[in-house]
Amino acid sequence: MLAKRIIPCLDVKDGRVVKGVQFVNLRDAGDPVEIAAAYEKEGADELTFLDITASHEKRGIILDVVQRTAENVFMPLTVGGGVRTLDDIRNLLKAGADKVAINTAAVHNPEFVKQAAEKFGSQCIVVAIDAKQVNRNQPPNPPAVEWKHQHPTLFVMPEPPEPAWEVYTHGGRNPMGINAVLWARLMESYGAGEILLTSMDRDGTKTGYDLPLNRTVAEAITIPLVASGGAGTLEHLYAGIAEGKADAVLAASIFHFKELTIPESKRYLKQRGVPIRI
Amino acid sequence: MIAIIDYGMGNLRSVHKAFEAVGADARVTRDPKTIADASSVVLPGVGAFKDCMANLDAYGLIDPVRKAIQSGKPFLGICLGLQLLFEQSVEFGTVPGLGVLPGKVIRFDFEDGSDLKVPHMGWNTVNVKKDSVLFDATDPHPYFYFVHSYFVQPDNPSAVVTTTEYGREFVSGIEHENIHAFQFHPEKSQRAGLKLLEKFARLN
Repeated sequence: MLAKRIIPCLDVKDGRVVKGVQFVNLRDAGDPVEIAAAYEKEGADELTFLDITASHEKRGIILDVVQRTAENVFMPLTVGGGVRTLDDIRNLLKAGADKVAINTAAVHNPEFVKQAAEKFGSQCIVVAIDAKQVNRNQPPNPPAVEWKHQHPTLFVMPEPPEPAWEVYTHGGRNPMGINAVLWARLMESYGAGEILLTSMDRDGTKTGYDLPLNRTVAEAITIPLVASGGAGTLEHLYAGIAEGKADAVLAASIFHFKELTIPESKRYLKQRGVPIRI
Repeated sequence: MIAIIDYGMGNLRSVHKAFEAVGADARVTRDPKTIADASSVVLPGVGAFKDCMANLDAYGLIDPVRKAIQSGKPFLGICLGLQLLFEQSVEFGTVPGLGVLPGKVIRFDFEDGSDLKVPHMGWNTVNVKKDSVLFDATDPHPYFYFVHSYFVQPDNPSAVVTTTEYGREFVSGIEHENIHAFQFHPEKSQRAGLKLLEKFARLN
């Protein structure tokens, strides 16, 4: 039976692993190469490596850190942050990435995802979505992309009391006015092989994944969903899978700061009846 | 020396470093002579079936690969490297493969409303169906890492070495004479995968 995956995530800034709360207040968690090797040993199912400042500062990924990280791991490695061109993808795959996560560039030019999937195969194209629940008391953010006329329905939010989530770019800095659930569907139809969904409201808060967000997206797509943002306890990991319907749960700080280990998380999930590779 | 065939696609470095990790002498190459001289040959692969066949052809590698298989030396196919061995794939129309093994490659097709995702992505167990030099008798259901939307349907059931459950039972491994080929990625399957590669390297 296909196992659910546990994915530690390395948020990398200036070559160091850092972790913040709701995308700010970063604190140092160590050297990515060493941390990756430790997760390999612990039996993590996959590793995600995000260069969290790349898009913001408009610079490329630190290919050499990716390469050194990849040298030490024999599990799938997803790399994201500042991926803008087919050459970026080619270079990352060459450096040892198995999948590449595209976020900001996909929002600015959805066709890029289509081209990437055609060129490299859907299996290595992950679309990362940073989503935040829409505050109904505030005026909606106007569409901030040039292609809005091609997909006008993507900017329609469900009527209250239905919850709505909006897509942000540039490491959670820019609201785009796009309905996150519809965006995930569009990205699937454009050839994305997986969706990495981060709740900005929950990121780093350790209050649990945004379960309604994850479930709504999971039920809207037929490609695997990785839940991200908010894991703080074993129960949160379980809820992300059982209630959030995620195929994989991603977490950063709880693993980096050893609040939970990968083996104990796996034992717990298995005990609760989740198919898990021990 | 193990020749890892480079046809401009796939995660060659991953396969290479996994062999390095188990102490094997492996080289990434597209030189027909190096492939002919190698003690064993690995055909890795990710991406689309059609592009892979086109690239193999463009680099003049179809004959060297066929010859390597016919020579009887250990041959390992990984993911698309398994699928390419068959006669045809239905990916993007019907595309002919190397035709070394009779059978075809088809897509997972689940009913609407199924919660099974395509691609089949992640860790899944294999059922070892016959005695094999590459698998441990002590672990009949090891976990390996998969990522694929298509799977093989061999005409010859005795070639099947492993199957895997995903909505249905599909063939995840072939062992036929000198051919060992797997739908999963041993180079991405941590200890279980490295063990398999180490055993393959020792077949020399």
